[in-house]
Amino acid sequence: MTSRFDIRRVLPSVIAPIAAVLLAAGICSLILISSGKNPSVAFGAMFDRAFVGEASPATLTNIINKSTGYYLSAIAVAIGFRMGLFNIGVDGQYRLAAVLAGGLGASSMVAWMPGPLQILTVIIVAMVVGGIWAGIAALLKVYRGVSEVISTIMLNFVSGSILAYLLTTDRLGVIAPGGQLITSRPLPADTHMPNFTHLTGTSNRIVGFTLIAAALGFAYWFLLGRTRFGFDLRASGLNASAAVASGVNAKRMIVMTMVISGGVAGLVGLPDLMGHDYVVYTTIGGLGFTGIAVALLGRNHPVGIAFAALLWAFLDESRFALDLQDIPKETIVIMQGVTVLVVVVAYELAARISRRQQQRIVGQATGETQATPAPVGGA
Amino acid sequence: MSGESTVVAPPAQRASVASLVSGRRARLAWTLIAVAAGLLVFSAVRVITGAQDLTSAGAFGAMLTAAVPIGLAGLGGLWSERSGVVNIGLEGMMILGTWGGAWGAITFGVWGGVIVGALAGAVGGLLHALATVTFNVDHIVSGVAITILGTGAARYLSSFTFAKMPGGGVTQSPYLAQLPRFSLPGVDHLDGLERRHWFLISDLGGIVRGLLTNVSALTVIAILLVPATYYVLWRTPFGLRLRSCGENPRAAESLGVNVYLYKYLGVVISGGLAGLGGAFLSMVGSSIYREGQTAGRGYIGLATMIFGNWRPGGLAAGAALFGYTDALQLRGGSDSVHGLLLFITIALAAIAVYQLVRGNRAVGIASLVIAALAAIWFGTTRQLPIPFVQAMPYVVTLVVLALASQRLRMPAADGQPYRKGGD
Repeated sequence: MTSRFDIRRVLPSVIAPIAAVLLAAGICSLILISSGKNPSVAFGAMFDRAFVGEASPATLTNIINKSTGYYLSAIAVAIGFRMGLFNIGVDGQYRLAAVLAGGLGASSMVAWMPGPLQILTVIIVAMVVGGIWAGIAALLKVYRGVSEVISTIMLNFVSGSILAYLLTTDRLGVIAPGGQLITSRPLPADTHMPNFTHLTGTSNRIVGFTLIAAALGFAYWFLLGRTRFGFDLRASGLNASAAVASGVNAKRMIVMTMVISGGVAGLVGLPDLMGHDYVVYTTIGGLGFTGIAVALLGRNHPVGIAFAALLWAFLDESRFALDLQDIPKETIVIMQGVTVLVVVVAYELAARISRRQQQRIVGQATGETQATPAPVGGA
Repeated sequence: MSGESTVVAPPAQRASVASLVSGRRARLAWTLIAVAAGLLVFSAVRVITGAQDLTSAGAFGAMLTAAVPIGLAGLGGLWSERSGVVNIGLEGMMILGTWGGAWGAITFGVWGGVIVGALAGAVGGLLHALATVTFNVDHIVSGVAITILGTGAARYLSSFTFAKMPGGGVTQSPYLAQLPRFSLPGVDHLDGLERRHWFLISDLGGIVRGLLTNVSALTVIAILLVPATYYVLWRTPFGLRLRSCGENPRAAESLGVNVYLYKYLGVVISGGLAGLGGAFLSMVGSSIYREGQTAGRGYIGLATMIFGNWRPGGLAAGAALFGYTDALQLRGGSDSVHGLLLFITIALAAIAVYQLVRGNRAVGIASLVIAALAAIWFGTTRQLPIPFVQAMPYVVTLVVLALASQRLRMPAADGQPYRKGGD
C-alpha cells in the first residue's frame, strides 16, 4: 500500500484499454459478419497493408505523420481535461492559428530573417493565436461564468467564419496551381520544417514536427507531474473546492490552463503546413474533435495518448486496405466510434474495481474483517 | 429565480400562490412589451435602412425552417439536462436522425421517415444513457463518443442502403417524398399589404404571412412540442419526478422515485427529439439526406437551451434567433444583416441604459462600448461580408451569455454522477 507501484492498483488500468480494444474489435467483427463480410479477411488486410505488404513503408509514414497532428491535438485537450476543463475548441484554435501563422510565414514580414528564426516565428505566432482564441473562452468563464463547453463551441463556428473571410483571393488566399481550389499562399522554402529521410520503398518522408510533438509530450508530463503548477492543476481537477481551500487561485488556474491548452492547440495544423502541404486548405478542420477522442483513449497520459494517436491513424489508413477487399471503408469510422465508447466505459469499470480493491486493502489494514462493499447498482 | 422553478423549495422561500400568479402575469406582460418594442424598432430599422427583406414573408418562412431543427435539438437537450444528464451527443443523435428520416421515408413512406428518424435518435440516446447512467461515464466524454459513433454509423448504414439506390450514394440519398404542407386560408392576401412597405403594418403582414403559409406538418408538430414539453415537465407528476432527478436525485430517491428509470427516459426522449430534428433536416429542410447535413446544429441546440435558461419558452426564442440570422444569410442578405447591425446597436444601447440605471456599471459600459463599435461599423460600411453574416448568431449567443449568464440557473445536479444508495 505504501509502494508507488502497487500492482493491484496499476493492473486494472493497463488491462482495461487492452480488453476494451479487443472488445471493440469483437463488436466490429459482429458488425462485419452481420453485413456478410469476413472479419478475419478485413483485419488481415489492415495488418498486411501497414506492416507486411508492399505498401507498408508508405502506410507507416502516413500513420506517423497523421498521428503527429492527433497527438498534439490530444495533448491540448488533455491539459484541459486534467483540470476538469473541456476545451472543445481545439478545432477553431488550430484552424485560426494555422491560417494566420501560415499567412505570416508566406508574407514579406518575416522574409528578412534567417530560416530557423522564420520557422520559430511561425511556430510562436501559431501558439499565441491559439492561446488568445482559447483565452477568450477562459475570460468569459472566469469573469462572466459562461461554460467553456458552450463558448468554445461557439468560438469554433466564429473561427470557421473568419477562416472563410481570410481564405479568399482578396486577402490571404491564392488559387492553387492547376485547379480552382483556394489555399493560403505557399510557404517559402525557408519556412519549411526539415523532415527525416524517407524509408526504403516510399518517397514520403516522416515530418520533422514529430520530434516537436514528442518533446511536447515530455513537457506535458514534466509540467503536470513535476511542477507546482501541474500539482495545482491536477488538484483543481480532482477537487476544485479543496484546491481553492489550500490556496490555489482558481481564476488564474483556469485562464492559464486554457491559454496553455490553446497554445498547444495552435500547433496542431503545423505538421501539415510546415512539413507536408506548405499551404492551408479551406477544408482544414476536424483534428480538434479527433483530439478529444484520442485523449480519452490515451487516458490523458502522454504515453497512452501516443499509442492512441497511432491506433487512430492506423485505423484511418486502413480504409484503403478495406476498400481493396470490397468492404465498405466506412466501417473504420464505426470501429473508431465503438472503440472510444467501449474504452471510456472500460476505464470507468476499471476505476470502480480498483476503488473496491483499495477499500478492501484499507479494511484489512485497519483490522476490519470485512470492508463495506462499494455500491454497485444498475449495471 | 422564482420559487416555482425549484423543485423542493424550503418553506421560507415558498411564495404564496397569489404572488406566484401575479409574478407570472408580470413576466408575461414584460415579455409582450419587449416583443412589441422589438417589433417597433425592427420596422423602424427596415424603413431607415431600406432592407425590405428584414421582415419579408420569405425571410420569416425560411426562419421557421431553419429554427425547427435547432429548436428540436434544444428541446432534446432540455429533456436530458432536466433529468440531470448533460447531452453533448445531441449532434450525433441528430446525424442518426437525418439518416433514419431519409431511409424511413424511402422504405415506409413519409410518416415512416418521421418515426424512424426519431427512433434512430432515441437509440443514440439509449447508448448515452447506458454509458452515463449505468456505467457512470463522464457525460461530456460519452457525448463526444456518441457523436463520433453517430457520424460513423450514418455513413456505414448509407453504404448499405442509399449507395445501392438509383440517384443515391454513400454521402447522399435519393430525393425524398414531401410531407404535407398547410397554409392558413386567406393569409395570402397579406402579400399586397407587405408590398406597400408601410411602417409596422407591412412588417406585421410579412411576418404573419411568412409564419402561416406553406408550413410543413412536421413544423407544426415541432412547434406543438414546445408547449407539450412545458406541460409534461412542469405540470404533471411525471415531469416533477423527472426534474427532481436533475435537481436533487438523492431527495428524489428518498421519495421513492426510480432515478435510473427517469434518467433513462429523459435521455432516450432527448435522443428521440434530436433525431426528429435530424429527420426534419433531411425530409423537410432539403428533401435529401446529405452527409454533414447537421453542420453542428446539435451544438447550437444546446446553446439555445442554455440561452433559454433551461426552459422551453426561452429555448424557442433562442432557436428563432438562430433561425432568423440563418435565414437572412441563406437569402444572400448582406444588406439585411447590415440593417440588423443597426438593430443590434439600438438593442445594446437599451441594455446599456438598463444596466447603468440598475447600477451595473461594468456591464453597462461594456455594452455601451460594443454598441458604439457596432454603430461605427454600421456607419462606415454598406454591406457585410457573408462570412461575418454567418458568424453573427454565434457572436450574438456569446454576447448574450456574457451579459446574462449570471442569471442563468442550470439544474442543480446537472452533469453530476449518481449512484443509487451511494453517499
